Amino acid sequence: MKLTLHVWRQRSSQDSGRMVRYELADVNPDMSFLEMLDVLNEQLLSKGEEPVAFDHDCREGICGSCGFVINGVAHGPQRGTTVCQLHMRHYHDGDELYLEPWRAAAFPVVKDLVVDRGALDRIIAAGGFISVQTGAAPDGNAIPVPKGNADMAMDAAQCIGCGACVAACPNASASLFTAAKVSHLNLLPQGQPEKADRVLKMVVQANEELFGSCTNIGECTSVCPKGIPLEMIARMNRDYLSAALVRR
Amino acid sequence: MTATVPANARSSLASFYDSVIGKKVVMAVTGLILFGFVVVHMLGNLQIYLGPQAINRYAELLRVSPGLLWGARLVLLGAVGLHILTALQLAKRKMDARPQGYQKYTPTTSSYASRTMLWSGPILAAFIVYHLLHLTVGSVHGDFREMQVYHNVVSGFRVIPVSIAYIVAMAALGIHMHHGVWSLFQSLGVAHPRYTPLLKKFAAAAAVVVVAGNISIPVSVMLGILK
Ligand code: HEM
Ligand code: FES
Repeated sequence: MKLTLHVWRQRSSQDSGRMVRYELADVNPDMSFLEMLDVLNEQLLSKGEEPVAFDHDCREGICGSCGFVINGVAHGPQRGTTVCQLHMRHYHDGDELYLEPWRAAAFPVVKDLVVDRGALDRIIAAGGFISVQTGAAPDGNAIPVPKGNADMAMDAAQCIGCGACVAACPNASASLFTAAKVSHLNLLPQGQPEKADRVLKMVVQANEELFGSCTNIGECTSVCPKGIPLEMIARMNRDYLSAALVRR
Repeated sequence: MTATVPANARSSLASFYDSVIGKKVVMAVTGLILFGFVVVHMLGNLQIYLGPQAINRYAELLRVSPGLLWGARLVLLGAVGLHILTALQLAKRKMDARPQGYQKYTPTTSSYASRTMLWSGPILAAFIVYHLLHLTVGSVHGDFREMQVYHNVVSGFRVIPVSIAYIVAMAALGIHMHHGVWSLFQSLGVAHPRYTPLLKKFAAAAAVVVVAGNISIPVSVMLGILK
């Protein structure tokens, strides 16, 4: 099939950037979206032009490296997948696609479709961990965990930190990401000693990174490749409220 | 370690409000107060169908104790003021958080109401000012008579553009409530797969009831049912 691509090209964080139009003649419907961009890049290289930069690593939907906005939707039209798991069979001959990087003050563009997501790492560093003595592996079932909590902690832990929630949010809020990372540990016995501290510090860090404030719009959940529910945000708000109100 | 009030007591309140969640709590609590008000206010308004005596007596009842009247007014004024102030700060944060927007942005599942709170809200703010000048103070009412509520409402709504302005404002209120009345629970941390869908239905139903109840009054005047 034949496709017209409009791709955000930006040489560096200093460059102001612009959309550039490319025609792609022979797109195989079995290709993944990133393979389609690989083909485009081969063509650009053979013409001596700079290839389109985009992040990727595993290409199997588990690492969280890839991601950009396709026709206004983070990770493209297929729900529950990253862009590396999106295939060209979802498109039709003659389609016109607009590719743009995640847009947020906290995610400066590094080059083309690549943004710096260090802000998410700093939210994790602020409290997304547990402090334990490492040593011999503890007995697997030494600490009982209620099944419901274990399930929900696993749901939260599925977050791969791709940043699509921020990209899709009209407020550019990182609430779904932060909530998943807070809840993942706050639901488990191992996370209890630092529970209050964790949520306060991670929320403050998200604030300092200039992410927006959640207004419960729900676009984040809809584009999340792991389907993290909006309920996680309410859970974080609950933990934050009780931590902020009872802290001494 | 000393036994005095911790030095960070004030700063922790400030950092609570400063945080993205603290502001949402302020929006939610003030929004809940305003929601309660619009429901009670609509029920009060509907007494117009019981005739001039009933609604005029209701107006007198509200004014029995100046202390109570001004107490309630201050709470409402405070809630509206805080709600608007926080909304403006959230709006600024929204602009700062995404200085460069998308050339194409396609919403997937979100409601129209949720994306237009910053439109429906300011329409309501303008309406509140106009409404107070029209039916409380009377300064923009052509034939305002002190404490004659029935007369003021009916003669006010005989002016067609006034009725239309009220109907448009109520549509904005319905849209604002449709998102706000369930969103406030989520902001306060209340969410559950069992209850959240019910809360959304409750918000939609409350919005329809309040809007329909209020709109019925200008419509009834224009149709000559209330005269
Ligand atoms: C007077 C002008 C008003 C402005 C500028 C305004 C603006 C806003 C904004 C920007 C939000 C946050 C968006 C969101 O949470 O999705 C909001 C939420 C809300 N508003 Fe208003 N609003 C106004 C009046 C009202 C009135 C009269 C009511 C009463 C029905 C009301 C009830 C609510 C509720 C219940 C929320 C939800 C709070 C939450 O999400 O936690 N607002 N408003
Ligand atoms: S490249 Fe790893 S999730 Fe897409």
